[in-house]
Amino acid sequence: MILIVDLCHKPRSLSKREFVDPIAAIVRRAGSEYEVAHFTELTEDAIERSDRIILCGTALKDNLFAEEICQFAWIEDLDKPLLGICAGMQVVAAVFGGEIVPQPKIGLEKIEIVRETDLLGPPREIEGYHLHNFGVTLPPGFDLVAGRPGQIEAFKHSERPVYGIIFHPEVRNRWIVEQLVSL
Amino acid sequence: MFLGVLFSGGKDSVFACKRAMETDSVVCLITIVSENPDSYMFHTPNVRRTDLIAEAMGLPILTWPTRGEEEIELDDLRDAIAAAKERYEIEGVVTGAIESVYQAARVQRICRDLDLWCFNPLWQIDQVEYLRHLVSEGFEVIITGVFAYPLDESWVGARINFGLIKKLESLQKKYRINPSGEGGELETFVLDGPIFRKRIEILKAQKTYDNYRGRLSIEVARLVEK
Repeated sequence: MILIVDLCHKPRSLSKREFVDPIAAIVRRAGSEYEVAHFTELTEDAIERSDRIILCGTALKDNLFAEEICQFAWIEDLDKPLLGICAGMQVVAAVFGGEIVPQPKIGLEKIEIVRETDLLGPPREIEGYHLHNFGVTLPPGFDLVAGRPGQIEAFKHSERPVYGIIFHPEVRNRWIVEQLVSL
Repeated sequence: MFLGVLFSGGKDSVFACKRAMETDSVVCLITIVSENPDSYMFHTPNVRRTDLIAEAMGLPILTWPTRGEEEIELDDLRDAIAAAKERYEIEGVVTGAIESVYQAARVQRICRDLDLWCFNPLWQIDQVEYLRHLVSEGFEVIITGVFAYPLDESWVGARINFGLIKKLESLQKKYRINPSGEGGELETFVLDGPIFRKRIEILKAQKTYDNYRGRLSIEVARLVEK
């Protein structure tokens, strides 16, 4: 079961249709069972019974999640695959000691994958949709997977299957979510 | 949250408006009237009739003109949204964007610059599933423009129902037509729906069609009690 975590400013918000439902649709089409929970309503049981977790993105003006990083402390000891998308990547970075830094970007841009991983595959160039006011610094214990220092597009924990991507895979890169389902 | 909906009178902006009403307060509609029939950003057939839909929905409408030149029309859109922010105190903007990164990214930038939220409740939605929701939730939608092979004259003025959705689904498989017309294949106009207090009745319309390009121009229409 995939646990899809909604990071929008409130449960059942209008933004959920834009940032959570498209991810849930990809997971459903990939044939996997899933459960959606808002980050303020997440239970230990839901985390326990999931075998993969996705932290979704949210609206450009929404930074509430960043004021509530303590609610994500459970990620630190997680031993199952996790993908943080945009806001979700910012949460992963903050939990593991990285920083959330101003780095606005909107639109399609080239992304250089620089390190082979199970999630993104071998080094090559792809194009991804960006919608964020903030980026991240590389947390201790993480490897740069795409982009460059100062413009990190993707990272991975060096020992665990914990990933973050700053771009939105629901636009033109659905294969990334499908790949997480099959990891 | 007080929201303004970028509004063309087509199914996507009307359905996005319904979704916004389910969670927030829609306080105005914003319509850009383009003089350019091939506008990159704005739906054009019958856009001048949006005042009638606004009246049917009981919402104020802010209508803003543009010459419709690529990129310059974005300044007009920015001015229109800024005017809605001042006049109706909107905190965010809603669009009916489904797939168009071109449109979505531009509206996102304008909202960021104006310190407004931006919502795209139909973003990346499965188009056939969406059309079924539209019909099952009670929207009466007609096709007012066709702009692609093999859409013949019979499509102009046709109502979107489950039978027509099936046809669109098969055209998607055979000709890669976007079933909801996201690629510019179709334009639509909404006559009635669950967020309408009155329905729209077309009294006179002019149909034109030539070589897989057709339009239904609404000339006379009125509001009817439901």
